[in-house]
Amino acid sequence: MNNMTEQHSVTAAEAAVTQNSETAQESLVQIDDLYKKFSISGDFLDQLKFKGGKLVREQEHVHAINGVSLEVMRGEALCVVGESGCGKSTVARTVMGLLKPSAGSVSYQGERIDNLNDRQLMPYRRKMQMIFQNPYASLNPRMTIQETLMEPVALHNPNWNATEVRDKVHEVMFSVGIDPSWGERYSHEFSGGQRQRISIARALAVDPEFIVADEPISALDVSIQAQVLNLLMDAQEQRNLTYLFITHDLSVVEHFGTRVAVMYLGTLCELAPTRTLFAKPRHPYTQALMSAIPRLEDDRPQHIKLTGEVPTPVNLPSGCVFHGRCPYANDRCKQQIPQLITTDEGGQVACHAVEEGRI
Amino acid sequence: MALLEVKDLEVGFGLRSGEVKALRNISFSLERGERLGVVGESGAGKSVLGFAILNLLSRPGYISNGEISFEGKNLADLSAAELRSVRGNRISMIFQDPMMTLNPVLTIGEQMVECLLAHHKISKQDARKIALQKLQQVYIPSPETRLDQYPHELSGGMRQRIVIAIGLLMDPDIIIADEPTTALDVTIQAEIMELMLELCERNNVALILITHDLGVVSQVTQKTIVMYAGRIIEQGPTKEIINDAQHPYTQGLMNALPQMGIPGQRLNQIRGSMPPLQRIPTGCAFNPRCNYVMESCKHNLPEFTQSGGCQVACHMVAEMKREEQAARLQSQEVGQE
Repeated sequence: MNNMTEQHSVTAAEAAVTQNSETAQESLVQIDDLYKKFSISGDFLDQLKFKGGKLVREQEHVHAINGVSLEVMRGEALCVVGESGCGKSTVARTVMGLLKPSAGSVSYQGERIDNLNDRQLMPYRRKMQMIFQNPYASLNPRMTIQETLMEPVALHNPNWNATEVRDKVHEVMFSVGIDPSWGERYSHEFSGGQRQRISIARALAVDPEFIVADEPISALDVSIQAQVLNLLMDAQEQRNLTYLFITHDLSVVEHFGTRVAVMYLGTLCELAPTRTLFAKPRHPYTQALMSAIPRLEDDRPQHIKLTGEVPTPVNLPSGCVFHGRCPYANDRCKQQIPQLITTDEGGQVACHAVEEGRI
Repeated sequence: MALLEVKDLEVGFGLRSGEVKALRNISFSLERGERLGVVGESGAGKSVLGFAILNLLSRPGYISNGEISFEGKNLADLSAAELRSVRGNRISMIFQDPMMTLNPVLTIGEQMVECLLAHHKISKQDARKIALQKLQQVYIPSPETRLDQYPHELSGGMRQRIVIAIGLLMDPDIIIADEPTTALDVTIQAEIMELMLELCERNNVALILITHDLGVVSQVTQKTIVMYAGRIIEQGPTKEIINDAQHPYTQGLMNALPQMGIPGQRLNQIRGSMPPLQRIPTGCAFNPRCNYVMESCKHNLPEFTQSGGCQVACHMVAEMKREEQAARLQSQEVGQE
C-alpha cells in the first residue's frame, strides 16, 4: 500500500514536471522574418534629383533589421545583445508596436499584432509593457510620480474608482522599494536608481505578462545596477513575467538571461541557451564579443581582435554581414547569406564556417 | 622623487547655498611610467580629481587646499601662462566623448598641427610630419587621407584614437584619461584599452585612468585608488585590491558585478545610494550603507590603516589590524615565557 502511494506520487511529480516543461515551452511572442528600414532621404522634395537631364526620385534607407525571426517563450528572459547600431533597440520597439515593421510580422500568443490600430492594440498594451534606458528622459517632469503611475492604471482599468487605483499604485510602489508616501514628489527629486525603480513600477502597475526592457541598467552606477537587476529578477519570480531584455553588456546576460540572441548589423548571428553560449560560443562574432568583456583578472587581456569597423547599415555588405571583419571569411561568406542552423549543443548559429566545420 | 605628488588636495565648489567640498584629503603619488586607476561611482569626485590635477576646474570650483607637485613645481600655484606650458605638453588629458573633444570645423591635421605649433617652434611641414607619425602609432589606416578629414567623417573608435594621438603629440610624461572608453562599444573598448596600454609601456608614459569599470582597471593599471563621496577610501596595488579588497565599499562594488554572481541568483547589492555632497553623513561617509557599521563609524572619520600593500580608511579594518597585532604580541609573550 505504502509502495503504491509512493509510486503514485512519483507519477504525479513526473506529470507536474512534464506539464511545467510544457508551459515553459509555450511561445508568447513570435517575431517572424522581420525587416525594418528607415528612410534617410528626407521628404518627397528632397528625394528629387536631376540625373542625365531627367528628374528622378531617389531614396536611401538604413536597414535596421534584416530578416530576424525570434520566439519568446513564456517565463523566460530572452536577452538580445549586440553593439550599437545592430538593431537591437529597433527589435524591441517593433515588438512593442512603437514602430511598424517594413516586412514580416509580430504575433502575441498566435495573434498577429503588428497590423493593428491603436484601439485594437489596447488589450495587448496592457499585457506588454516597456522599460526604457534613460530614466531621466522616460518620466514626465511635470507629473508627480503618483500621477505618472496612476495614469496607466486608470487607463487600463476604466471601471476602477479612485481609491482602487491609488491602492494599486501604492502596492506597486511598495513592491519596487519606493516609499508610497513619496508619491507627491516630482521625478527630479529622485536619484537615477530610484527613477528607474519608478519606471519599472509604471510597467508593473498594469500587471503585464511580458516586459520589454531596453538597456534598463546601462545608465546606472555599478552598485545601483545590481539593485535594479535584482528587482527585475524578483519581479519575474513573483509575477511570472517574461522578459525581452536588450543590452550590450554580456556579463549581465550571463547572469540574467535564459536564452541569448546575438545580433550584428540587423541580423541574428547566434541564438542559444545562456549556458551553452557562454560555455561554447560558435559564431566568430560572439567569440570576439565575449573575449572583449573586461573581466576582473589581473593577467593581460587576451581578446580576439576584430579588424575594421562596423559597416554602415545603409549599404549592407553582400553575403554574411560580418565577413569584412571575420578572420574565417572565405568567398562563400562574401556571396551567400548564411542561414541559422541548429548546432549539436542546441543553439542556432548563422555561419558558413561553422556549417562547413571550419571552426 | 615621484613624478607627480598630490598632497592633501581639497577642492571646493562655492555654491549659493554654501560651499561644498568635492574632494577632501586626496594624497597619492605617481612614478614615471606607472599606471594608476581611479575608480568610483558617479559623484565620487574622480573626474574632479582629474580636472584639479591640471587646474582645469571652472568656477565655482577651485582648489581650496593642498599641493600638486609635478617635477617640483606646485601646479596649484602656477600662473595661466605657466600652466599652459604644462597642459597638453607634459601632462595631457583624454576625455570621455571624442566628438566633444575634437573641433568639428577643423580637419584632424589642422587640430594636430595647431597643438604642435603652440608648444614648439617648428615649421608647419615638420608639424604635419610629426602628426602623421603619431597617427601611425595609433594604427589609423591611411593616415595621410585622415589628416585632411573632419571628425564627423570618422567612426567613434577612430575618433578616440585620434584623440589619443593628439594626447601623445608632445610625448607627455603623464596622460590623464577620463572614462576614455565609456562612450564606445565593448569590442572597440578592448581595442582602445590595449592600444593605450601598449603606448604607455613603449613610451614610458604614466597613466591616470579614471573609470567606473573595475574590469578595465584590473586589466590596465598597477595601482588603484577607490573613491567615495570625495575621499579616497582605499588605495594600493591593483592586484591586491582586486583579489583581496579590504574596504566594505570596494568589496560591495566588486560583488555587485554580474560576473561575480551565480547566474540566475540575486546579485549582492549595496543598499542605498551615494549621498549628495551637501549631505555627506558624519563619520565615515559610507556608514549608512555599510553592513559592518559600528558606533565609531557614525562619529569619527576613519584614518588610513595599512593592510598588506593597501591603505584602507575603515574603522573595522583598523580594529581587525589592532586585534591581529595584539594577538601577535600575546603569542610572542607566550613564546618568550
